[in-house]
Amino acid sequence: MWAILSILVENKPGVLFKVTNLFRARNFNIDSISVGVTENPEFSRMTITTYGDEKQIQQIVKQLDKMIDTIEVKRLDEHKTVYREVVLFKIKVSKAANSMEINKLANAYGAKVHDAKKESIMVELTATPDQISAFEELVKPFGILEIARTGIAALQRSGA
Amino acid sequence: MSGSKALMKALEKEGVKEVFGLPGGANLPMYDELYKSNIRHILVRHEQSAAHMADGFGRVSRKAGVCFATSGPGATNIITGLATAQADSAPMIAVTGQVPVKMIGRDAFQESDIIGISNPIVKYAFQPREASEIPEVVKKGFYIAETGRPGAVLIDIPKDVQQNEAEMRFPDEVRIRGYHPWADADVSEIERAIDLLLSAQRPIILAGGGVIISTAFSELQSLAEMLMIPVVTTFKGKGAFPENHALSLGPIGMHGHAEANKLMVEADCVLAIGTRFSDRSVGTFEEFEKNLKIIHMDVDPAEIGKNQTTHVAVVGDVKASLRIMVKLLIKRALKKSDDNVWLKHVNEVRDYWRQNLKIHPGEMGAAKILRKLREVLPKEAIVTTEVGQHQMWASLFFDVIHPGTFFSSTGLGTMGWGFPAAIGAKTARPDVPVVDIAGDGSFNMTENSLATSVLENLPVIVFLVNNYSLGMVAQWQRTFYDRRMIGVDQKNCPDYVKLAESYGAQGIRAQSLDELGKAIKAGLKSDVATVIDIPIDPEEDVLPFVAPGTSLKDMILPS
Repeated sequence: MWAILSILVENKPGVLFKVTNLFRARNFNIDSISVGVTENPEFSRMTITTYGDEKQIQQIVKQLDKMIDTIEVKRLDEHKTVYREVVLFKIKVSKAANSMEINKLANAYGAKVHDAKKESIMVELTATPDQISAFEELVKPFGILEIARTGIAALQRSGA
Repeated sequence: MSGSKALMKALEKEGVKEVFGLPGGANLPMYDELYKSNIRHILVRHEQSAAHMADGFGRVSRKAGVCFATSGPGATNIITGLATAQADSAPMIAVTGQVPVKMIGRDAFQESDIIGISNPIVKYAFQPREASEIPEVVKKGFYIAETGRPGAVLIDIPKDVQQNEAEMRFPDEVRIRGYHPWADADVSEIERAIDLLLSAQRPIILAGGGVIISTAFSELQSLAEMLMIPVVTTFKGKGAFPENHALSLGPIGMHGHAEANKLMVEADCVLAIGTRFSDRSVGTFEEFEKNLKIIHMDVDPAEIGKNQTTHVAVVGDVKASLRIMVKLLIKRALKKSDDNVWLKHVNEVRDYWRQNLKIHPGEMGAAKILRKLREVLPKEAIVTTEVGQHQMWASLFFDVIHPGTFFSSTGLGTMGWGFPAAIGAKTARPDVPVVDIAGDGSFNMTENSLATSVLENLPVIVFLVNNYSLGMVAQWQRTFYDRRMIGVDQKNCPDYVKLAESYGAQGIRAQSLDELGKAIKAGLKSDVATVIDIPIDPEEDVLPFVAPGTSLKDMILPS
């Protein structure tokens, strides 16, 4: 089971270490992680996605909640949540026609094209992990030179 | 005011009268202020012992014990002590020196990243970077260490922060927004728990260490007596319920009492109070919860469902929860009679095993020497143990009469804990005798605490069950490794009577039960520590035994 955890933490040094160390020590895995300061500069929000069975996920939530530096731990329902990840792809351009193909695909996925060079092209895609995987499959044949992903940012919809 | 002076003042405000420690380069400013303060310093011979003393002090007084260590190796030496206290939810504060702020991260002399190293084994760790933070950090440290599920807190203070002058403000109260140590128990859950208990055919109460930590002794006893439900304990909960009580069955687990394990697996409903269902207590998790309805009371919500599937969960301080439970039962005007089939069966099983459990035939068999200790020792005496066979024999054959007088490293299983913890206990309660039930292997690890005991006038008795062997390991090698004995023979070294005497302590060898009784009495009267060397048969095993990875029903009994 895939779970999105939204964790409001004290914005101070060492908290990221403690949260990730907790996952390691309790034998859980982090699938993706993103961290940033919130509207209140005293707090940061960590969005962590992880896999586990129901019992394991509940246990992670409880252990995170128990941490003194966490203010609030929420398990987000993916159907009631907007969640997105930003990915940068550097894709090989072996012939000019490929460049057009890549541009077309980028357009179809609402991705932005940066740094279009003769030998490579960089595409920025903001999407769900599934859409990102689909896009990745499509551009794979051209040759992916490098990928950088931000990890997921997620917020629950109002009233959900 | 300097950071160090503020530290002493903050400790005094918390009521600290003693600290256990050892000075070094990076905590000298603290020690200089300790010199000027009214706080007593108890010098150890190794920082690990300082941590265990603070732990023992904390368990007995229920106020955080305090230890001091310097940076680098001083700090890493207390790691085992922190982990031990944390594993057993004991309140403790360790204050370490650190290299000056501008040297942190430069691999300075005696620098260790103690904040990073300690992270997984403490409840919380602080590193104030400004002297002015110290009063609040100390206040928060005690608040975290002593409330909710207690634990170990580290305060790491860089040397310049100790020295710097600052305007100090000493808060009377602190709030930590991410820390909610107590939840009020949900009364409707307690009602459900009562219904479930009353509908059970074969109910049992499992009391854990949480009962001792929250001193819920009278509440537990009232509940058990009102409902006439037999009580087993975990090893950490040993002595949560008087072990001479008619409803007491003793500890369950790997070396639980035969009757406790037998009846635990027959129960259809358990009220588990302040326990985390450790593997040593319950055996395999899946087997334990089979056909068992579990009501779990605990202060720590993260324990609910961690190791066992719970049918009813009551989260909150167990003393408060039990009190509500007893009140609700009084309201229902319900009193169970002692004339029921389950209780009759319980009594039969208990009486059978109390009479028929085979014990070592020798005069100095474990059962006999521990029963002798119980006979001679006043019931209010405090007992600690080391870790090993003697510890499990203590669990089996030393009955705790006065609740909350028995302490052991049950979670981490730290050899060397018992003796310094006994000294810490004696510091907290100089008015009662303190005995460390020890084994030779374990005692070896911190035996230099004899110096502290003698010089600091903290006389305790070391009841040394001596097989000149790492006995528990030897037992496993005999049982599981076809007697391929390696690394277990201590080869009659050292002579414990001479060892004790060399520290100015009293050393007595007891080779008969009569000598043993006299030695314990001599120890009780002594102004200095007493080591009673009790040679036993090195082949004696601890039985019953639930082998690791098996369930309580697979208990191996003495043949």
